[in-house]
Amino acid sequence: MDLIEKHPILEFKHSKKVKFSFDGIEMEGYEGEPIAAALHANGVRIYRITPAKEQTRGFFCAIGKCSSCFMVVDGVPNVRTCVTPLKTGMRVETQLGKGVIPMDA
Amino acid sequence: MKGLRQTEVLVIGGGPAGLSATLEAASLGCHVTLVDSDLALGGQLIKQTHKFFGSKDERAGTRGFKISEILLEELNSYKGTVEVHTNCTATGFYKEDGVVSCVIGEDEYFRIKPEKIVMATGAQERLLPFPNNHLPGVYGAGAVQTLMNVYGVVPGKKVLMVGAGNIGLIVSYQLMQAGVEIAGIVEAMDKVGGYWVHAAKIRRLGVPIYLRHTIREALGDKIVEGAVIQEIDDRFQPTGKEIKIDADVICMAVGLTPTCELLWQAGCEMVFVPQLCGHVAQRDLFMRTSHKDIWVAGDASGIEEASAAMVEGRIAGVGVAKALGHGEASEHSGRLEEFKRRLADLRGGEVGQKICQGISCCTVNEWGV
Repeated sequence: MDLIEKHPILEFKHSKKVKFSFDGIEMEGYEGEPIAAALHANGVRIYRITPAKEQTRGFFCAIGKCSSCFMVVDGVPNVRTCVTPLKTGMRVETQLGKGVIPMDA
Repeated sequence: MKGLRQTEVLVIGGGPAGLSATLEAASLGCHVTLVDSDLALGGQLIKQTHKFFGSKDERAGTRGFKISEILLEELNSYKGTVEVHTNCTATGFYKEDGVVSCVIGEDEYFRIKPEKIVMATGAQERLLPFPNNHLPGVYGAGAVQTLMNVYGVVPGKKVLMVGAGNIGLIVSYQLMQAGVEIAGIVEAMDKVGGYWVHAAKIRRLGVPIYLRHTIREALGDKIVEGAVIQEIDDRFQPTGKEIKIDADVICMAVGLTPTCELLWQAGCEMVFVPQLCGHVAQRDLFMRTSHKDIWVAGDASGIEEASAAMVEGRIAGVGVAKALGHGEASEHSGRLEEFKRRLADLRGGEVGQKICQGISCCTVNEWGV
């Protein structure tokens, strides 16, 4: 993971390391930290593809306001990954377009 | 949807203003519900590693994240009277009945009817229009701070900073502390907007500051691979040759604007004040808006520093306590005077003059109620 090892001021206290998947690939992150931060630490920059122009989108505001980091998490689309805590075993996927809302939930 | 919750005071936003409002109101005997959309309380304070300026009263010389820790410790002493919800967004204010809707996470909704509300919703970052500004790698400065200072994630290898105000300068320095290279800082004005001490640190480290330059476009197909910058003239029109810069992150530090959707929804009287960076609510000396049950504090009431946000929060806290009949009248006026003095101290300098001008455009002495 691409984490800051040495810092002159801060000491990072990460929580428990957990496994999750991104588009089927197993990755590691810290439980309770935002999904988007875990992905970024794993080198993932592209979080979704827009519906009309099919442009890439990724991390942007980090405060749950801009919609840039919407992804499909455990089958549910449009999850704000910058403010959604990572849990063990989460299935995170690149969102294509608007995503499909699961109707059986 | 579950039943309607009740609370005496609802504070929306747990940054420096909201925390201070909560503490002050609780200290006067109010029951407070504090909601914050982030995963942890503290707002922008938790990602600020630099030592604050301002005044001794507002902890000048202490690093931002330490100030947050101090406020949270103070909050611990009100466990019985303050209820906190994090990862909880206030999504709407319904002025017909004064109900606020909130959502925890992505789908756990509840409704709450407070007697009084403090809107301490903070600010959101501005962006510039330029081709490819949607590419992953174009990040807000606050977002970059969150990644590296809160979660310890390296935001990129080489960053182009856009904006040489205090945020642009401070975040550039913080990036270097985290081991990231700064390709340069682009600033449209002909001088650095932030404090000179910050700019001097950056210059000493050899980072080029491109004054009178703007970003023309981000380069890259799927993610940011660089940027083109260009000199601009007095009318901000591009002139001179384009410079190509390699970078995997373009960090936007081009200012903030108050987050005021809920204030609009509540029908508060709003006014556009350039000095305060956007639309803000008219307020009285206790930070009460034109809506008799709504107060405002911090960046939501106009963009300023966290030090001032904390004092405004305190003032709003006294305001709601007074309106609810908690505490003695002499205590309310005494505390207000003290906080007004502290604000005046903070706003004494050159930057403060501009703020004071702005505030005079949106302050009434008393609402005719």
